[in-house]
Amino acid sequence: MTPLLEIKQLRTILHTGSEPVRAVDGLGLKIFKGETFALLGESGCGKSMTALSIMRLLPETAEIIEGHIKINGNDLLLLPETAMRKIRGKRISMIFQEPMLSLNPVMTIASQIEEVLRQHFDLHATEIQKRILDILQQVGIPDASRRMADYPFQFSGGMKQRVMIAMALAGQPELLIADEPTTALDVTIQAQVLDLMRELQQRSHMAILLITHDLGVVAEMAHRVAVMYAGEIIETATREDFFRQPAHPYSQKLFAALPTKSKRNQGLAVISGNVPPLSQLFRGCRFADRCDHAWELCRQTAPEWIEITPGHQVKCHLFSESEELNHPVQISAQTTALANSDKVAPHHAAALLHVSDLKIHFPIHKGLLKHIVGYIKAVDGVSLTIAAGKTLALVGESGCGKTTVGKGICQLIPPTTGSVQLDGAELTGLARNQLRKKRAEFQIIFQDPYSSLNPRMRIIDIIEEGMNALDSDHRDKIKPDYQLSSNRTENEIDELLQRVGLPAEAKWRYPHEFSGGQRQRIAIARALAVNPKLLICDEPTSALDVSVQAQILNLLRTLQQSLGLAYLFITHNIAVVEYLADEVAVMYLGKIVEQGHVDEVLNTPKHPYTQALLSSVPVIEATSKRKSIHLKSELPSPANTPSGCYFHPRCPYVMPICHEIYPDKSVFSPTHSAHCYLYAQNQNSV
Amino acid sequence: MPFDPVILWTDALVYLLAAAAVTMGWYIRRHSHLLTPWRRITHSASGMAAFTILVFFILIGLLDTIHFRPALDNNTGNRDEKVYSVEVLSLFDIIATPLRTRVEKTYSAPLSAHLYAKETVELPSGSQTREFTRLMFGGAHLEDPETQRIGDITKRSIAGAGWGLLAWGVIVIALGMLLARQHHTNFLHMQLTIWRGMTETPWYAILITLGLIFILLGMIIALSSHYYVLGTDKVGQDVLYQSLKSIRTGLVIGTLTTLIMLPFALLLGIAAGYFRGWVDDVIQYTYTTLSSIPSVLLIAAAVLMMQVYIETHPEMFDTVSARADLRLLFLCIILGITSWTGLCRLLRGETLKLREMEYIQAAHAFAVSHWRIISRHILPNLMHIVLIAIVMDFSGLVLAEAVLSYVGVGVDPSMISFGTMINAARLEMAREPMVWWTLLAAFGFMFILVLSANLFADAVQNAFNPRIRTLSERASKSSSRAGNMPQANTSSSSRTISSTAPEIKETAHS
Repeated sequence: MTPLLEIKQLRTILHTGSEPVRAVDGLGLKIFKGETFALLGESGCGKSMTALSIMRLLPETAEIIEGHIKINGNDLLLLPETAMRKIRGKRISMIFQEPMLSLNPVMTIASQIEEVLRQHFDLHATEIQKRILDILQQVGIPDASRRMADYPFQFSGGMKQRVMIAMALAGQPELLIADEPTTALDVTIQAQVLDLMRELQQRSHMAILLITHDLGVVAEMAHRVAVMYAGEIIETATREDFFRQPAHPYSQKLFAALPTKSKRNQGLAVISGNVPPLSQLFRGCRFADRCDHAWELCRQTAPEWIEITPGHQVKCHLFSESEELNHPVQISAQTTALANSDKVAPHHAAALLHVSDLKIHFPIHKGLLKHIVGYIKAVDGVSLTIAAGKTLALVGESGCGKTTVGKGICQLIPPTTGSVQLDGAELTGLARNQLRKKRAEFQIIFQDPYSSLNPRMRIIDIIEEGMNALDSDHRDKIKPDYQLSSNRTENEIDELLQRVGLPAEAKWRYPHEFSGGQRQRIAIARALAVNPKLLICDEPTSALDVSVQAQILNLLRTLQQSLGLAYLFITHNIAVVEYLADEVAVMYLGKIVEQGHVDEVLNTPKHPYTQALLSSVPVIEATSKRKSIHLKSELPSPANTPSGCYFHPRCPYVMPICHEIYPDKSVFSPTHSAHCYLYAQNQNSV
Repeated sequence: MPFDPVILWTDALVYLLAAAAVTMGWYIRRHSHLLTPWRRITHSASGMAAFTILVFFILIGLLDTIHFRPALDNNTGNRDEKVYSVEVLSLFDIIATPLRTRVEKTYSAPLSAHLYAKETVELPSGSQTREFTRLMFGGAHLEDPETQRIGDITKRSIAGAGWGLLAWGVIVIALGMLLARQHHTNFLHMQLTIWRGMTETPWYAILITLGLIFILLGMIIALSSHYYVLGTDKVGQDVLYQSLKSIRTGLVIGTLTTLIMLPFALLLGIAAGYFRGWVDDVIQYTYTTLSSIPSVLLIAAAVLMMQVYIETHPEMFDTVSARADLRLLFLCIILGITSWTGLCRLLRGETLKLREMEYIQAAHAFAVSHWRIISRHILPNLMHIVLIAIVMDFSGLVLAEAVLSYVGVGVDPSMISFGTMINAARLEMAREPMVWWTLLAAFGFMFILVLSANLFADAVQNAFNPRIRTLSERASKSSSRAGNMPQANTSSSSRTISSTAPEIKETAHS
């Protein structure tokens, strides 16, 4: 069988610095008709450059210097640009990562799809309209005949991605390149989009090149998998083989680095070091410096393809040895030796943070005089309690208000009503000066390590800033021996940096010299500098790769054990929750719908939303495929919340009463409760 | 003392500006993240060529800033008391003394030996004729201008160009030796790398520009001793001298105005963006109101009021220059006060964006004071915009001065500027035969100044704006691709990789 797409020895370089960056270096792959081929890799390994090379849509600074890209035997790299235009959209289509940025905001979606049709087909105007309608219905846009004249801003994120898919499918391509198609979407929407792609593929037998960093998505979608590292593919296998027994040490490490419930109370395996800069020339195996099994040969010669089983190939010297040596390498996570003493502690520990009925409403201004016409109820009555040294995970989709809760607790956004008590002291309504004395006790870590450090300040200044600001009164008193105290601060900073796993010299450098994971460590060190009792972690790992995420999670875990910190862990990643949290609160549209101990909530979810959320998460264990409950439509706007139970428009079990009054608390155990009419309402509650 | 130093108001501010520039340069040298974009400017060929020209203009401007009053020969009885001239001269005036002191009766064309207008001359015989009289200085050494003039001019300009080339050659050799020592290579190899354009800083572009300047300078010097290179104006003053004097006026307007405008723009822009609420409303309404008044009208009104004040208080000024200078300063202030709105709006927008950045939020979480957040977090992150705006505004302001002086509300009529030159030449355009050289000289000088300022501004913008990643990088890369670069250079280029790589990551991330 001839492959649909065949890439041989593709080399793409980027002319950015003074030395060319080999973004794609000798890549080869084959994709057959009707299959989904997943290209898996961490950020910066050249996945997107591969996709753009196939489309020949590379940025101006990049060029393909070698290789063949054949589609049905025709080499795309030999075609002139005019011929290429007949291929793009017709034979190969692409879906981009950001649906918000890939649609032209001033064109209706119908006219954007029409552009594709006019380019590739010679159709009559009425026929085109019919075709557009067909395609939009295919991708599941409700009420397509009316909505086709709408502009992109009138669609939600998931719908936009559907429109993008519709555009990509308009030319009836043989190959669809999907570059992280669901990364920007929430899990429930991701499940919808993945379903759609699977269904469309079965119907039209096109091939899909799925580019992703998410092992879960690969497990759900792919037929075959290729792992990419530093510009080249290091392992290809069928999905079954790959998930049963990943061969390359890098692939194995990726699996070991995934946080799961079974790894609770132990460290995650980490891959030491970073992806090597692609501007260098590699002599040996690219992974050798970070590999636990590397030996002399790995650094001397680059490994060739070795076939382990039919269809499962790997580039690693471990498998070229004689048969007896060829036992699967066991990953011995070197950090497993973490204390696993903290068994599920009884929850009689004193409450450190107590939030009750916190509401944060943002007024909507309108008109000439800017009078208030309504409120965005970002947080609408949240109550939670965190015990000292414990972790509460706040889970929910984007836009449900979980970040606002974090900022509200931190008093970065003044709460509208409700109370936040830390160690029994009320935080809301304090003046700036009074609040300042409390600030040291709670700190926040932000999602994006690239924007949370001032690029123009050295690390020492960044860390020192909080120390100085919070202890300025103290410092004034000891001004005479300022020199001494500045020496002391420097020692403190060295200690802090070591604690988060960075060398002390790092303090003289600027943030741009560090990678994402290192920056997040610096952000953690900055927060620790003032000895807080509570850390609010606002999706601290969602911008990071899996292997780096493992490092940060390990760090947070050790810090909790050694310093007794309490965490409010805001996340949408269920796997992280399973790994780290003691308690879980599930949030939907500004309210907590279910709350309880992590085992209770994740094993026996009660609220339909929690059930749907958990079932939408792509699972790696392909064998234990659960029947997933896929939610219809998307999160309503918090400016215009539904009456009664906020979840009723999307709920599969909706009852008449759900439309009317918000349900009371239903208690299942001392720790576990939910708000849903499916269960007996708590009589005691007011 | 043979002279009495005079520091006019604008002089003081120019000194201040120069001192600030030097301090800033010293500060930047010590901070690698600040140095990186500046180093990127030095890699742009057009930017560096423009900079070379700008340096010449700035040099002339600075020489023209050092003012003093020369002592007069004291022939009144009192021996102890020195008497100083009422005329304020600058160092540049002394250098250009021959240009300054030679005065003809009226117009003469460039390099001419005769006046441009016929004059009634009394012949020795007593009869009168009308003819083009010979100039007093221009071509006065010629016996018979008709036949000798062309040859003489050619000879002198070739000689001048020769001297210019010679001086240039000395510089090329000196620079080559210096660079060769820096890069630990031999002289010939260094010359080869320079002329093949393989050095990181495009020395070839700088040297070619320098060569052209030197040749031109040599020719002008050689010719101006016996001719008026750009002719004379209505009262017989050398146009070349006037053009050169105009440079200072243009530079002062271009730089001091931004200096005056900057505090307004920075303070109000950041305050509006950072504090939001009623502060934002007040500031926004202020600049919206200000920018909806036609700026020429506003400037004209202010200048006229100030003019009346100056004329009714003559006792405040001991020299004409002091009066003209004060008027120039006020013009800068008025221009500054009316032109801060654009930058202010830009800074407000950027601050609005920055205040939501997570590092500012983190600073809030540490209870860092507002003032420290503004000075340590927001201001440094706005500096690239400020810098780009300053350089871009400069050329606009030079042109604005010309327009205002043309309208009659610009600098003092006794002060030489591009605007006054153009204004004076305007009427003569209608004359037959046309007097074209004054206008052309003013235009030419202004054009070169503004063009090089704009080219330099482009280079600055490219270097400081992280979003612009142009193909010029590709070109600079190809220059360093050659593997046989000297060692010092490779180490510095590897430094640039390490510094650019995270930025690429950042852009990819965003």
